[in-house]
Amino acid sequence: MARTFMKGSEAVAEAAVRAGCRFFAGYPITPQNEVPEYFSRRLPEVGGVFVQGESEVASINMVYGAASTGVRSMTSSSSPGIALKSEGISYCAAARIPIVYTNFARGGPGVGSIQPAQMDYFEATKAAGNGGFQMIVLAPSTVQEAVDLTVKAFELADRDRNPVHILADGVIATMMEPVELPDMMPEEKVKEIRESKRKWACVGHELDYKNRAWIEPGHWLTSKQQECNEEAAAMYEEWKKKDVMVEEYMVSDADIVLTAYGISGRIAKSAVELLRKKGIKAGLIRPITLNPFPVEAFEKLDYSKVKAILDVEMSIPAQYATDVEAVVRRRCPVEKCLCSGGNIMSREAVIDAVMKIAGQEA
Amino acid sequence: MAECLYSRTKTIQEDKVSGFCPGCMHSTVMKLIGEVIDEMGIIDRTAAVLGIGCCGLQMDYMAYDNITSPHGRACAVATGMKRANPDTLYFTYQGDGDLASIGLAETVSAANRGENFTVIFINNGIYGMTGGQLAPTTLFGMKASTAPKGRIAEEHGYPMHVCETLNQLTAPQYLVRTSCNTPQNVMKTKQAIRKAFEYQLAGKGFSLVEIVTSCPTNWGLDSLKALDFLEENMLKEYPLGVVRDKG
Ligand SMILES: Cc1ncc(C[n+]2csc(CCOP(=O)(O)OP(=O)(O)O)c2C)c(N)n1
Ligand code: SF4
Ligand SMILES: [Mg+2]
Repeated sequence: MARTFMKGSEAVAEAAVRAGCRFFAGYPITPQNEVPEYFSRRLPEVGGVFVQGESEVASINMVYGAASTGVRSMTSSSSPGIALKSEGISYCAAARIPIVYTNFARGGPGVGSIQPAQMDYFEATKAAGNGGFQMIVLAPSTVQEAVDLTVKAFELADRDRNPVHILADGVIATMMEPVELPDMMPEEKVKEIRESKRKWACVGHELDYKNRAWIEPGHWLTSKQQECNEEAAAMYEEWKKKDVMVEEYMVSDADIVLTAYGISGRIAKSAVELLRKKGIKAGLIRPITLNPFPVEAFEKLDYSKVKAILDVEMSIPAQYATDVEAVVRRRCPVEKCLCSGGNIMSREAVIDAVMKIAGQEA
Repeated sequence: MAECLYSRTKTIQEDKVSGFCPGCMHSTVMKLIGEVIDEMGIIDRTAAVLGIGCCGLQMDYMAYDNITSPHGRACAVATGMKRANPDTLYFTYQGDGDLASIGLAETVSAANRGENFTVIFINNGIYGMTGGQLAPTTLFGMKASTAPKGRIAEEHGYPMHVCETLNQLTAPQYLVRTSCNTPQNVMKTKQAIRKAFEYQLAGKGFSLVEIVTSCPTNWGLDSLKALDFLEENMLKEYPLGVVRDKG
């Protein structure tokens, strides 16, 4: 462990290298240009490969190719670029190729604004590409958490042979914070992981009709396609049992429960601290996995005591709130505190919204 | 005693039958690639990067490693594979729609970077798999299901010459156009594939073998008439020969 002061985008890239990532392809887009820039310096130092793709479309396909040879591989972008990657992401999910990709989201739709936003929630959790596939989606709220989740993302991707998505935002990308970096994975371990995938990796095999590597992102036979989809669906169900991560902060006695993910979650948490000082019983549910969704955290609430849930989200219209509403099922009102277009959530606005629910003037 | 004059390359699975239409040169090319892999003794370190189109019909019965790329992205996928794993021989196998329309950016960019893999480019002047729509390589006077009057310059532009276009770039090592219309040209195609593979193994960079082929089904001709059409029309627009060989 080494404690250092780093920008989020660079810390994520360094964490990936330390987690054994040896291939990165990406295309420049604000606010995460430091990610490809960092990889371009760092990967050659560890015998890895950096490619600046001619587009996001090409970059994700390079990652699809590299990961298909068994190498831990990653790409990164921001909202409009992520949309372009959806083709390749869907192929990785279909062919069960483990990759990791980050979205340092910015305002949308269209080219939107280059400032931080949370406008890509539906895309990340519901339809990151065609075909109804799913991924584990991780949402860091600090640079430290972004580092830790990057390491975790590679482990989960390899465990499941499935893409893992880190949905961050422009704040995480550009903010500098002290972080503890993980230890560098020893080179033997990097090789061992690669070797463990050799059986299915597309690298050439001794002539044997059954044991050739056949990376299939689709199937001629509808029965085979359905079988693969059923297998994937079963895996998604397993995630709900074993992979949910959530931070619950001062929830047990709360009568107003804030809920938010990523950078909004962090802002909401500091609002809860201030509200408690004012004597208001506020709490926070902050999903760390957006998929699988932390259903249990909402089921546990005592709805006879909870006056309202407040969704804090940098998206207009609200997106995350619809998943919250779906689990709350009208057992209490779900109020919203929203901003959008690249405006960062203001803590004062969150406090005001809670005070209003509490029936007090700010 | 019977003498064995010919046996099928073991790179094609014995118990499978071809999925290509009768008279389609895709199957000839697939066999030639297999024979080259066989003769070079590199089946354990070769993988095909298939495009989307009729090229995909072979994946069920080719005996070696393969991956299917999104439509047009084979050169990007192969870039990732070869860079991550340089010891394996990678070749892409793409049709004209795949390589020269939807995948043009990926093709030109990989060629310009001089990526060390081989492109096998099947130019049949049409979108075969989807039923005969206009391709970048469709000839004047050739009807397509989305160009009922055939190619019109003002509307569709001109047939695209891939080898010549890539010849404007500095990096490519080997650019060649062949066909499979005569036994002699079949042999030349095989030699070109072998040369491209050897260049790759020697680390010499980007090589592309364009093979002018027929699509009897979507040309609306039987196999023999399709051959005549290929010789009288396709080969006039797409002259055979080495466009570049850096040696
Ligand atoms: C993104 C996407 N767009 C369109 C298609 C439909 N499609 C499949 S094959 C093909 C054209 C293939 O033509 P070509 O590359 O010339 O190959 P051929 O079949 O002629 O060998 C198209 C348009 C697709 N599979 N994916
Ligand atoms: S449609 Fe054309 S290219 Fe496709 S297999 Fe049939 S003849 Fe060959
Ligand atoms: Mg074609």
